[in-house]
Amino acid sequence: MPEIKIKVNQLTRVEGHGNIHLEASDGKLEKVLWEVTESPRFFEWMLKGRNYDDVSTISSRICGICSIAHTTASLQATEAAFGIKLTEQAWLLRKLLYDAELLESHVLHVLFLIAPDFLGADSVIPLVATHGDVIVMAVRMKKLAYNLAEILAGRKTHPITPIVGGWSKLPDADALRDVRERLVKCLDDAETMVAVVKSLAPMIPNFNRPTEYVALKDSKEYAFITGKIASSDGGTFPLEDYQKITNEFCVPQSSAKYTRHARASYQVGALARFNLSSEQLLPRAKKAAASLGMKAPIHNPFFISVAQAVETVHCVEDAINIIDRLLARGLHDEEVKVKPRAGRGVGIVEAPRGMLIHDYTYNDAGEIVSANCIIPTGQNHASIQHDFDALAPAILDKPVDEIRHTLEMLVRAYDPCISCSVH
Amino acid sequence: MKPKVAFFDFTSCEGCQLDALNLDVGEVLGLLGAVDIVNFREVKTDRSDDYDIAFIEGSITKESEIPRIEAIRKQAKVLVALGACACTGGVNCLKNAYTADELLKGVYGECASYYNTIPARPVSAVVPVDAYIRGCPPTTSEFLKVVKAALLGKRPDIPNYPVCTECRIAGNVCVFQRGGTCIGPVTRAGCDALCVSSGRFCWGCRGLVDDPNTNSAKDVLARYGLTLDQILERFKIYNSYSEVSQCQK
Repeated sequence: MPEIKIKVNQLTRVEGHGNIHLEASDGKLEKVLWEVTESPRFFEWMLKGRNYDDVSTISSRICGICSIAHTTASLQATEAAFGIKLTEQAWLLRKLLYDAELLESHVLHVLFLIAPDFLGADSVIPLVATHGDVIVMAVRMKKLAYNLAEILAGRKTHPITPIVGGWSKLPDADALRDVRERLVKCLDDAETMVAVVKSLAPMIPNFNRPTEYVALKDSKEYAFITGKIASSDGGTFPLEDYQKITNEFCVPQSSAKYTRHARASYQVGALARFNLSSEQLLPRAKKAAASLGMKAPIHNPFFISVAQAVETVHCVEDAINIIDRLLARGLHDEEVKVKPRAGRGVGIVEAPRGMLIHDYTYNDAGEIVSANCIIPTGQNHASIQHDFDALAPAILDKPVDEIRHTLEMLVRAYDPCISCSVH
Repeated sequence: MKPKVAFFDFTSCEGCQLDALNLDVGEVLGLLGAVDIVNFREVKTDRSDDYDIAFIEGSITKESEIPRIEAIRKQAKVLVALGACACTGGVNCLKNAYTADELLKGVYGECASYYNTIPARPVSAVVPVDAYIRGCPPTTSEFLKVVKAALLGKRPDIPNYPVCTECRIAGNVCVFQRGGTCIGPVTRAGCDALCVSSGRFCWGCRGLVDDPNTNSAKDVLARYGLTLDQILERFKIYNSYSEVSQCQK
């Protein structure tokens, strides 16, 4: 058998810089590496000495795709440190903004970044000619998510109005009513998206590697910004004990740290959430999962994107429900009072691609003394590497282009935020 | 022949690239009709090193990024800095308050030697830049405005007056009158004072206006009992590379 050498420099259609490196000869795998080459930005050091009022503004810049997730985790960490509890209105608005984050990110990933892999295209651009209806729908869904975020937060990327303890400005009720109508129509779009995913599903590689799945879990709802840390290998953990799960360590091929818990690696993200909480999905999302034949637990990492499609339906339903509650109770101006105090606070949310942790220690003046951020993709890098270790030997007899493409698809399935993971 | 356009990302959150393309369907089709996007790693797989206009996102924070940006500069007829990290260095330059050793050992501990970093800097500190699309993130409308100007070989009409002007037009109560601090008086407008209109203040993400009225800015601080230090702490969030941020009280 010939020698195989694969080197993908700066993998495309993912956020950030990562390489794939494979070497094999005589049908034997010698090396397969997922390398993270992204430049570190040192956000934990940037945050030192910053006043609480500027902290989420800076830390949201860790990521341009999931900046609402970073803002939310950051605010919740500061609020935990200061002992602040949000009002019901402020909390509902925060959850609604979070639905906008998931909707936009999942549509971007599934229909713009992943779909070309299944349709033999290099990007979404040629699909405008061949699959115009779906692309127009995808642009419509993304735009709706942006508009919902704009109404609530001033903008989608790096939100402005969410502040420690509440909101600097409330949304306009008429704008919420208008966006609700578009969300109702978007439910049909989200179900069409599920149908598109179903039509592509037969092309999903048949690869299963059971592992540990970690996500937030809540007794009352499908958890995005509530609950405790849960593991499919057993046990729940209070947020403050996240380091018992993450156990970060460095490897030379990655400028992002790795994590491990019960096994050599664990997985976070939409599939982890689905595996741990699928029974709590809202009705139409449950129906969507059933139409796709999804039943937890699913151990194929390529199904992460399928779970994202199901979650897209869920978050549109959730957004409509929250708007109804907000409009029924009426929007009222609320004064935000913040009294800084020394102490530590941990905020954990489910970013579109998994569990995101911000941990801050403040002094009496409300300035950060130390900060620690752990990013979902950072937790998934080891899982990607272990998937490579299992997948590559099984496909070595395939043509080189197919091996390369399958490994690329595997990384993309995780929807990695690589620069975010290095931060 | 349509102009060939390329996007490149350096050290950044990659939000600008995706935000720039937050277009309506008509705008997407208009853009695709006017240019050929030949290199855009975040969105497409095929790439070409033959391009006319290069959009650069991110700042320069590693030795290996210097030859890469130099090669892009050599190829591109027009090089556009996209977003605060590329234009002013952005938040990335906050790390320049520490030495590389402090940062690497602080974050990576015993594994520090695996990695490297140099003081963060804007693109213009390494190679000449032809146009700037400012902000963190830039607005989609300004992105389109600069693209159109680049295609016509013209200079885009970007405001060169402070955010205060747009803030007045928006009808906002002055942040200083509300008891806060704001970088608006010295920051280049073009965002329609979005942050102040959203109930907050200006962080200065679009960088300094060309000829800031520093005397007037000092008067404002004096009137509201603020020190230069108080305002500089916030100014440095996006502009710590600027020589103004080095100024003493």
